[in-house]
Amino acid sequence: MALIEQIVAHYNHWVTIFLMVAGLYIVVARGNMVKKLVGLALFQTSVYLLYITPGKILGGTAPILDEKFQTYSNPLPHVLILTAIVVGVATLALGLALVVRINEAYGTIEEDEIFPEGEDS
Amino acid sequence: MREQLPALQVVIPLLGAVLCALLRRGAIAWVIALGVSWTLAVVSVLLLLQVLDTGPISYAMGDWAPPWGIEYRVDALSGFLLVLISVVGAVIMPYAHTSVCDEIEERNQGWFYTMYLLCLAGLLGIAITGDAFNAFVFLEISSLSTYAMIALGRDRRALLAAYQYLIMGTIGATMYVIGVGLLYSMTGSLNLVDIASRLGDVETSRPILAAIAFITVGVSLKLALFPLHVWLPNAYAFAPSVATAFLAATATKVAVYLLLRFLFSVFGVAIVVQGLPVTEIFLVLSLAAMFGASIVAIFQEDIKRMLAYSSVAQIGYITLGIALASQTGLTGGIVHLANHAMTKAALFLLLGAVVYRIGACKITDMAGLAKKMPVTMGAFVVAGLGIIGTPGTAGFISKWYLASGALEKGWWWLALLIVASSLLSVIYIGRVVEVIWFRPLAKAGEKASEMPLQMMIPALVLVAATIYFGFDTTWTADVAARAAQVLLPGAP
Repeated sequence: MALIEQIVAHYNHWVTIFLMVAGLYIVVARGNMVKKLVGLALFQTSVYLLYITPGKILGGTAPILDEKFQTYSNPLPHVLILTAIVVGVATLALGLALVVRINEAYGTIEEDEIFPEGEDS
Repeated sequence: MREQLPALQVVIPLLGAVLCALLRRGAIAWVIALGVSWTLAVVSVLLLLQVLDTGPISYAMGDWAPPWGIEYRVDALSGFLLVLISVVGAVIMPYAHTSVCDEIEERNQGWFYTMYLLCLAGLLGIAITGDAFNAFVFLEISSLSTYAMIALGRDRRALLAAYQYLIMGTIGATMYVIGVGLLYSMTGSLNLVDIASRLGDVETSRPILAAIAFITVGVSLKLALFPLHVWLPNAYAFAPSVATAFLAATATKVAVYLLLRFLFSVFGVAIVVQGLPVTEIFLVLSLAAMFGASIVAIFQEDIKRMLAYSSVAQIGYITLGIALASQTGLTGGIVHLANHAMTKAALFLLLGAVVYRIGACKITDMAGLAKKMPVTMGAFVVAGLGIIGTPGTAGFISKWYLASGALEKGWWWLALLIVASSLLSVIYIGRVVEVIWFRPLAKAGEKASEMPLQMMIPALVLVAATIYFGFDTTWTADVAARAAQVLLPGAP
């Protein structure tokens, strides 16, 4: 029973781990280049959760200096993740742009169809 | 002015990149890139001299005091890396114009220099920052610009190489950031020095172990440690020649720096070397890289790919320094960062000249090319000797340190293996030398002539450096020894 309680209490971590593993699995298992990028985005998204959940204190407010508020949530993880989101968007955009160019050059975005022709690549 | 130098290392290339992106004309962008690279070389040399003279420099970015603000921290190790990156960039840039005009379309040339400067900013940023998350941002700046640079290659397979690298590189960087997140939630700090001091209070609990694992695997992906190297040969083979030379010399080296920084400065010897089998793992993987990648290199038809596999093998020597985890061993690993950087950059520049003249670098097309390009091919032989590590070249110095580090531990078998793997590089370099000097001239090379002067001088400067630093080690091995002292305080 204690085990179940512990699992339920840390449900945010379970969601994080699920997203992380699912994203990584898609990257490895799928041959479609757009799907791979979707997996990659999922993998990166899990990190956002990993950072933000420990930063939130239940009942905590935004960090405002006032006598009425005693418990503050840590704002730094949010700032960090804002940066990480920008990085993630840039990566996804560049990845999709590359996929468009690959589609123009090869006529397909399936890895199975591209790799047999170029033996050494 | 002098105290602002650390910030300039990152600000100048970022501004230069914006200027290049706005102006877009290839020739103007090249002049900007050239000016920026040379300025940075001067700045980084000044920084290193100051560090060697007066000890580590701490610079509070935006005047926010560390550990709250982002700290830029230059010590002997990061100063060494800064000089390495910026000097390689400064030497390559005069070469770049001719090669880029030949290999990249007119409308993309301005973008190429933009990407180059962004990559430079990212790499210098990783080396100079003392903040774990800031290092991630710079890692992604350098990586994203690298993907774009690789995709500018002429062959359509360059696109696939860039895509593959994007997937692998992003997984690596994300794993790194997961590790940093775990560290942050355990210690509440992002400043590397601060994390290191707070880790003393936290017991070596499971999140810390997980953080070590995530950071090590993530950064190892970026530095192409043996089983995680699959992105590297394609990326190097299909990128434009200038980009290959620059990345081979700097990108993986900076990742090694990040790994050294985390393993030794942040987690420390007590956790990593004594508590965990990290050195054993690195020992096995380094040896696998030294032998596996060298053997694969022997069978490559494309010389650029061959040198790329050779890079994977050489990275094995560098990580061997981590595996030894002693003053001598780490000195060998760190000095090999510089020695391999200049030797491999020289080789890729010379190959770039071959591509410029005959349009390919297949071994069959290069047969007998020494008759038409004697200086280029002569320099190729000398730089090749540097890769092998014959006495009198820079490569010998690093292997000497590594071998003595192995003998200090009583691992004579390891010293023998270092020599044995050098013999493998004799085979793959020797094979090329035999073909270019002693075979009849191939059809592709009939119209070739010696490379133009603006390409020859940078390449020859790097080749001369491999010889020079084989004799005078004041600026390589001695500085590397001080860098190793930074990583292993207390060691003799």
